[in-house]
Amino acid sequence: MMSIGKSIYRKEALEKVTGTAKYAGDFSKAEVLHGRLVVSSYAHAKIKSIDTTAAWTVQGIRAIVLGQSFPLTGEEIKDRPPLAFDKVRYYGEPVAVVVADNETIAKRAAELIQITYEALPVVNSPREAITSGAPLVHENLIFYEKIQHVYPEPNTNIADRTKIRKGDMVKGWSESEVSVEASFSFSPSDHTAMETRCVTAEINRDGKLVFSSATQSPYMIKKLMNDYFGLEPGKVVVRTPVVGGGYGGKVAVQLELIAYMATQAVGGRTVKIMNTREEDMISSPVHIGLDATIKLGCTKDGRLKAAEILYLFDSGAYSDKGATIGRAAAVTCTGPYFIENITCDSLCVYTNHPYATAFRGFSHSEVLFAFERTMDMLAKKIDIDPMQLREINAILPGQTTPTQMLLNNSTVGSLPDCIQRLKQLMNWNEGQRIQVSDHLVRAKGISCIWKTSTIDTEASSGVNLLFNIDGTVNIISGIVEIGTGTKTILAQLLAEKMKMDIHQIHVKMDVDTETTPEHWKTVASRGTLLAGRALLKAADDAMSQLKDIASRVLICSPDDLEVGYGKVFVKDEPTTYLYIKDICYGYKYPNGYSIGGQVIGTGNYMLRHLTHLDHETGVGKPGPEWTVGAQGVEVEFNTQDYTYKIIKAYSVIDIGKVLNQKAALGQVMGAMSMGLSFAGRETYVFDDEGRVLNPRLRTYVPMRYGEHPQYMIHFNETTHVDGPYGARGIGEHGLIGMPAALANSLSVAAEVDLNQLPLTPELIWKTKESGGTK
Amino acid sequence: MISYDFEYHKPTSISEATHLYQSLQSQGKKPMYYCGGTEILTLGRVNRIVTGAIIDIKGILDCNVLKLEENLLIMGVANTLTKLNETNYFPLLSKTIIEIADHTARNKITLGGNICANIFYREAVLPLLLTDSQVVIASPNGVKVSFIHEVFHQTLNLNDGEFLVQVKTDNSYFKMPYVSVKRRRQWDIGYPLITVAAIKNDNEIRVAFSGLCSFPFRSQQIEQSLNNRQISRQSRIDQVINDIPAPILDDVHGSAEYRLFVLKYTLNNVLDALEGERHA
Amino acid sequence: MLKSEITLYVNGEPRQVYVRHTDTLLHTLRENLGLTGAKPGCLNGDCGACTIDIDEEPIKSCLTLSVESTDKKITTVEGLQNAQIQKEFIKKFAFQCGYCTPGFIMNCNALINKYPDADDAKIKDWLESNICRCTGYAEIEEAIKAVLTKNQQGLSS
Ligand SMILES: Cc1cc2nc3c(=O)[nH]c(=O)nc-3n(C[C@H](O)[C@H](O)[C@H](O)COP(=O)(O)OP(=O)(O)OC[C@H]3O[C@@H](n4cnc5c(N)ncnc54)[C@H](O)[C@@H]3O)c2cc1C
Ligand code: FES
Ligand code: FES
Repeated sequence: MMSIGKSIYRKEALEKVTGTAKYAGDFSKAEVLHGRLVVSSYAHAKIKSIDTTAAWTVQGIRAIVLGQSFPLTGEEIKDRPPLAFDKVRYYGEPVAVVVADNETIAKRAAELIQITYEALPVVNSPREAITSGAPLVHENLIFYEKIQHVYPEPNTNIADRTKIRKGDMVKGWSESEVSVEASFSFSPSDHTAMETRCVTAEINRDGKLVFSSATQSPYMIKKLMNDYFGLEPGKVVVRTPVVGGGYGGKVAVQLELIAYMATQAVGGRTVKIMNTREEDMISSPVHIGLDATIKLGCTKDGRLKAAEILYLFDSGAYSDKGATIGRAAAVTCTGPYFIENITCDSLCVYTNHPYATAFRGFSHSEVLFAFERTMDMLAKKIDIDPMQLREINAILPGQTTPTQMLLNNSTVGSLPDCIQRLKQLMNWNEGQRIQVSDHLVRAKGISCIWKTSTIDTEASSGVNLLFNIDGTVNIISGIVEIGTGTKTILAQLLAEKMKMDIHQIHVKMDVDTETTPEHWKTVASRGTLLAGRALLKAADDAMSQLKDIASRVLICSPDDLEVGYGKVFVKDEPTTYLYIKDICYGYKYPNGYSIGGQVIGTGNYMLRHLTHLDHETGVGKPGPEWTVGAQGVEVEFNTQDYTYKIIKAYSVIDIGKVLNQKAALGQVMGAMSMGLSFAGRETYVFDDEGRVLNPRLRTYVPMRYGEHPQYMIHFNETTHVDGPYGARGIGEHGLIGMPAALANSLSVAAEVDLNQLPLTPELIWKTKESGGTK
Repeated sequence: MISYDFEYHKPTSISEATHLYQSLQSQGKKPMYYCGGTEILTLGRVNRIVTGAIIDIKGILDCNVLKLEENLLIMGVANTLTKLNETNYFPLLSKTIIEIADHTARNKITLGGNICANIFYREAVLPLLLTDSQVVIASPNGVKVSFIHEVFHQTLNLNDGEFLVQVKTDNSYFKMPYVSVKRRRQWDIGYPLITVAAIKNDNEIRVAFSGLCSFPFRSQQIEQSLNNRQISRQSRIDQVINDIPAPILDDVHGSAEYRLFVLKYTLNNVLDALEGERHA
Repeated sequence: MLKSEITLYVNGEPRQVYVRHTDTLLHTLRENLGLTGAKPGCLNGDCGACTIDIDEEPIKSCLTLSVESTDKKITTVEGLQNAQIQKEFIKKFAFQCGYCTPGFIMNCNALINKYPDADDAKIKDWLESNICRCTGYAEIEEAIKAVLTKNQQGLSS
């Protein structure tokens, strides 16, 4: 292998360590106007009046934009005015945007806008939301426009319901000799990308709307501007430089809509809006919360027979991606086990919390937390090793998923192998709970993982390869460089495919929807598959062009030729060759005749045979393949004060094929860190009025240097036939088992069932106090 | 980013500073003394501090003093927490302040700013309370020295226009056994759930708290209870809890009940450290 | 008098700037001097993305006024020339999105210069001032330790 598997440094590395990499907020021009949001101080209230008189007295104010009844926006249900209109539905909701000559003036004026509210009763959790008589977050749910495959229930707070009906529950329960039932919950939390969301918008003289945005979905913005505002797709341009972290949070299209309204209000002048950290945490969409109840049945020897599941996702005030998340949760509702009989209702529920969007893992860490905790409770009840319970039920090729998709050797990795490996790595046989000293125990917990993607069935990606005169190649892809290093992976794939030096490959880091082929969205760990396949196709295209020219010069059939090492050569006679640099801009014969032209390879890729889910049964094929794995956590727990330290965190993941060793490790490690941080410490704290009490990094404290565990990571490689060189998605998987594994280790350590997040010492103390001993 | 404007002044002497204050005050500018500025900038950004003029006292020599003079350690208020920690004249103070904020922030946060902070933890004050330190306060009428107990009740009570110049601590305290324990909700940096600092003077334990109530304090009542060796350790701790002078905080860092739980075992740890482990 | 012209010594050069007295150094570096290496992450002293070195010590430039930074030696990430720590960040994959990186590097840079033999506790004490949301921190640990041990080898040989 030339390049695959090697730890190639990221292509934009030097720019990033020298501070010259430019992010959306780093571009500034004197004539840019600044927009500043005015946000709601209530979680649910009628807007009685908005007084802008004082704000207008500030010198340098250009516009104050307030909410309007139209358009309503939302990716599945159009339930959200970009700026609140008539009422506010969450604390921090944007109500107005002030546009001024500079940031200071904009802020000053924004502070002078007086809004009078009339408080309404608040829906403060999904369980509360579905009780009869709960206040309605959306009275007009019945009237909202929506896509076909979403099922809001009018006059309730239910925005969508996905049903899984597999097998026969009566049979399942009758075959179950043992069962457990438990409930789980956690509140919304945050992505906390270090770069807050930022966008500039302007409308050119010729009516072209140009955004520069820190987004994971530039092409979606283009599409939605057409959908929401009726703008011609060709007249919307989105530019996206490198992005300072997304983790799903920058999938949502929110600030762009407000920026559009703002630039419109000032005759198309450029308006820049950059979230403050506080706005980024609560005004822009958040990581979803969940209430869940799971009932599991099995035989005495641990064979799972029945699962009855209720997921209530806290989508917050709007359904934007919440419905899609609820659906993804249903697809994976059981964890990576084969269960014949399943019923699951996965609901996307409105509350008066900040609204949710994608979060790395897209419902999987959330669902696995609940499910894998239940697995441990079941293991305990039938007195079987939790590792063994998982081994017995691990899903295999030839079996079906909850949506009744039949798996084969390619579409699912080998979970039993992952479990075996994890067992060794964790030295599982030494025992799960080891007394270290009087008040100190070491405890281990595990979680198995699986994930497919539930992306649009028509999601596609395109890649252009432009040759330079010296034979080097520029890769142009619509993938956003949000930190995953996917563009460097593309370069590696190309280097491998064309047997060329990675340094001869240049990658265009920024995206410009006007000139860059579309990549659906930079999400769902699908960059490598979609763009990778598109790239390989583009490389084939380029190579056949090169061979075509070479064949005419060398006077042979293109079939006799091969491309590699900067040359096109005769397979059978490698000493007969042409340098690519001599033909990639065409070939010039000695007499001056020339043929060909610049070689431009193009390729695209679309996933095959994906379907929607059947509304009554959930039957369908939502994603191409399943990455599986097994993860573990080892904690050192103080039985006296309930504090703990995460000593080690383990991941064994069937990655299909390692494309870049260190980059893959980095993706997994970073994801594990984020998962542990979410599980151990991150949550919004709401008061009774639904206000977030900690919308700052002073009181919402992600994991810091030195609090990180030792990471132990191992990759298995079961080829995914469709994947480039057999690779599977990997960007999210390190995260998704961490909450469950941490909760399982602490439940063992503290000898009490810990079924809420985050797992703070206070939670453990409280659970102990309330007598929740095992 | 602060949306209002203020003037910046940097006097070089105490009297210049106090007179500046007076004159700015008379112009209606609501001046403020500025030391590390970390709080003025962060609370200013959300309009919880609003001022028309700031007087940076870091240019005043007296505020930068850091030296042992005979048996008194003199600490100018403009010394950063990092500097105080690195010079480490006063081990208990070092131990307490190294837990405030994070290292980079401590390069900017000053002793004076922390004592006078609006954010109510003011953890640097705990060692000063325990050691009967003296505070040097400047006013337009000159400079006065008081024991910290006389002027610090929940906050440092300064009259309009006064500012804190120095803190003086008798170095005989530096040899006494001490502990300083900071408990947080879950993480290793930032605000406390509760902080307890204590020293042992002869046989008497002195103890001061931050994060327990909405102000830092030392209480005679509590110390009496804690030192009452007639009764069991458990009863002493229960008694301490009865003596807490104000409602226990109940906030995003932890509930009041949980703080009590943490307080109990932390007091046990303190007693273990200062009295030796005892199985009562 | 709410604005002034001041001179800042940035990356070895005197730079004249006209600033509001309320302007933070972060703002002035980015908006007046075009030095966008220091990043806004919270403007509240919590994240460390804005970290620069002032007189060789790491400082959060969002907690610092420009007017109080005259007569000081200011170094931003743009002022580093091929520092070892930059190379090690690349080699050890110590960043992904890169947004926290300038702040981390400037913190590391000051630490390496001040304590070339820093131990684990010292490294933690310093580096916990910055948040990285992409890496697992282990990569950053490797990078800084690579420089520190190289230093130590250099010293002992
Ligand atoms: C990231 C971060 C984490 C933090 N964590 C903690 C923590 O764990 N524990 C804790 O205790 N605090 C913590 N704080 C708060 C911190 O204590 C204050 O920001 C800091 O103490 C203020 O000090 P300063 O020198 O920057 O003061 P400044 O901002 O200069 O001043 C603060 C206040 O004191 C007044 N003042 C300053 N000096 C004097 C003086 N000499 N005489 C009279 N008045 C004066 C000012 O007018 C102002 O009102 C944290 C702050 C940050 C940024
Ligand atoms: S921007 Fe300065 S610490 Fe976050
Ligand atoms: S590399 Fe993205 S936050 Fe550190």
